Amino acid sequence: MSGVPLNWYLILSAILFCLGIAGFLYRRNIITIFMSIELMLNGVNLSFVTFSYKFKQVDGHIFTFFVMVVAAAEAAVGLAIILTVFKNRQTLQVDDINSMKN
Amino acid sequence: MNLWPIPIFPLAGFLVNGLFGRRLPKAVINTVAVGSVLLSFLWVVFALRSLGGLETAFTEHLFTWIQSGSLTVNVDFSVDRLTAVMLMIVTGVGLLIHIYAVGYMSHEGGYYRFFSYLNLFMFFMLVLVLASNFVLLFVGWEGVGLCSYLLVGFYFTEQFATNAGNKAFIVNRIGDFGFSLAIFLIWRQFHSFDFAQVFSAAKGLPVETSSGIITAICLLLLVGATGKSAQIPLYVWLPDAMAGPTPVSALIHAATMVTAGVYMTVRSATLFLHAPVAMDVVAIIGLATAFFAASIGLVQNDIKKVFAYSTVSQLGYMFLGVGVGAFSAGIFHVMTHAFFKALLFLGAGSVIHALGGDQDLRNMGGLLKKIPITAATLFCAGVAIAGLPFTSGAASKDLILEAAYAHAPWMYWLGTITAGMTAFYVFRALFLCFLGDYRGHHHPHESPAVMWAPLAVLAVLSLVGGFINIPNWLEPMLPVHEADVGSLIKLLPFAAGFLGIGLAYVFYVLSPSIPDKLASSLGGLYRLVYNKYFVDEIYDAAVVKPVVQGSRTVLWKGVDAGLIDGSVNGVGALAQGVGGILRLLQSGSIRAYAAWVVFGSVIVLIAIGLVGGGR
Repeated sequence: MSGVPLNWYLILSAILFCLGIAGFLYRRNIITIFMSIELMLNGVNLSFVTFSYKFKQVDGHIFTFFVMVVAAAEAAVGLAIILTVFKNRQTLQVDDINSMKN
Repeated sequence: MNLWPIPIFPLAGFLVNGLFGRRLPKAVINTVAVGSVLLSFLWVVFALRSLGGLETAFTEHLFTWIQSGSLTVNVDFSVDRLTAVMLMIVTGVGLLIHIYAVGYMSHEGGYYRFFSYLNLFMFFMLVLVLASNFVLLFVGWEGVGLCSYLLVGFYFTEQFATNAGNKAFIVNRIGDFGFSLAIFLIWRQFHSFDFAQVFSAAKGLPVETSSGIITAICLLLLVGATGKSAQIPLYVWLPDAMAGPTPVSALIHAATMVTAGVYMTVRSATLFLHAPVAMDVVAIIGLATAFFAASIGLVQNDIKKVFAYSTVSQLGYMFLGVGVGAFSAGIFHVMTHAFFKALLFLGAGSVIHALGGDQDLRNMGGLLKKIPITAATLFCAGVAIAGLPFTSGAASKDLILEAAYAHAPWMYWLGTITAGMTAFYVFRALFLCFLGDYRGHHHPHESPAVMWAPLAVLAVLSLVGGFINIPNWLEPMLPVHEADVGSLIKLLPFAAGFLGIGLAYVFYVLSPSIPDKLASSLGGLYRLVYNKYFVDEIYDAAVVKPVVQGSRTVLWKGVDAGLIDGSVNGVGALAQGVGGILRLLQSGSIRAYAAWVVFGSVIVLIAIGLVGGGR
């Protein structure tokens, strides 16, 4: 670990987060959008862990666990919603699911 | 004995009749209305008896109303000898008029409303009289003004009645403006509103050095008094106030409320004694009002209008008395005037009642045989107000005139001429009403006992009330000026009274053609006086029209419609415009929102980077 500078972790974290944003903005499929969100969460997790390691404090780890728990719960709820949507609409394209608009 | 029940009884009566009167039978309304005033009267009698001689004022602390920094306003009631006189007048005469009103109003609509207002008036009047500081006095002062407005406009379906109510209220605002300024100045000068503290502080001031601010206070108090007590230049509301029911004219606009200005001036006697200039102004205004109103009263044809101008004139006498330093004589005249003027109005009400609502003297005549009791009591009031020897009016008016003679003889002479005019116009009205042939068409009938019994009581009081020696009773508070005048000066007002009655008899009984001839030979002067010197028209042109026009163009069209509405509508239009632009952001597409979130985050990050990350 000593060979890898801290910045690399952070850069990787930023790249992951930006990929997540890009995916969220440009993909149409709900499942892909969902995965992009997970990617953003994990990018953040990585920076938490990095700082926790750097400053020798446990807070970052605890945050990461919380984020993982929330992400798991969110995945369960989100996937259930996606299934229901697909059952009712036979589509997963977000642009077609806009009956709340207007 | 506690003082607080005195005003509370009428207040309770007001609440009962005002809240539930619509569903109550008339007998209950009568009992509540008259009973509450009766209780009040009895409480006054017993309280005064238990308080004894009242050499010093008895004060009762109820609660602290306003406490702010060094400013304290207590609701305290206080009774001294002056208050005792006023309490007896207000509750005594008030009780008689309430009883009378039961008969007079029996055929009128809004019965419970009338009596609840009347009781509310009694409450405020008693607060005014019992108040032990200027602020509480002002509360009562405004309260009676409110009730006056409500009762003048009692027949609110008639345009003239509501107009008269408005006029009474608005003209009184001018006076009250002066009064409130006076109260502010009193606070500035004495740092207290309390009568006892203010007057004991004022007593210590030398006359010469204090004259500036004390004179200002007194003149402003006088402005208040001219409004409430209908003196020049604010008297114009009182004649119009006759649009109200006659018991109201008797109670509020003759016996009690309009004398509040005199009471307030006498209460502030210590201040006025330190402001000789203000005293002179009071005397001159009083005298001018007395003469001026009496001259208008000479030619009016509406019986209530005659008595209304007579009231203005008699109030002028009271101010003359106060202004020349005969404070106790002024209060004495308040009392005797309450007796005979209440009687005149109630009698006039009885005549109007008998004639089915007609108030025009030209349609009366010969009523002496048809309504003898009313006629007899009215003649008692007539001789009292004319100041014939041994009547109550003579006792008080002569004291005032003697004091005026000691102060300045010309005031005495003008006052005596006015006394002659008073006798003339009152007996003109009485002769036109009761002698000669009946000129109307309605069949007159005598009023019921509930109406003539109060008349009889007041008639007795009008005749013998002068033997109640008010100046002697008030001597410890208000020193009596022993005016040392010759017997001729004492007798001349009697002569003026007899002369006035004699002239009225000649003019209106012996040869009724004389007045018409006089009127046509003095055409211009007659028209001037008949039209009340066109004062209403002058005020209308000089004050009312400009104010209305200014309000319409500047305040309404300019300030209200332009500025206030403009800014309110402008704020609305601005919000609408901004909203119209911001609405475009709400596209409904999740990815657009997400893009905005990212965009915002980037902006925030750049901003943090620019300011250095908070370090």
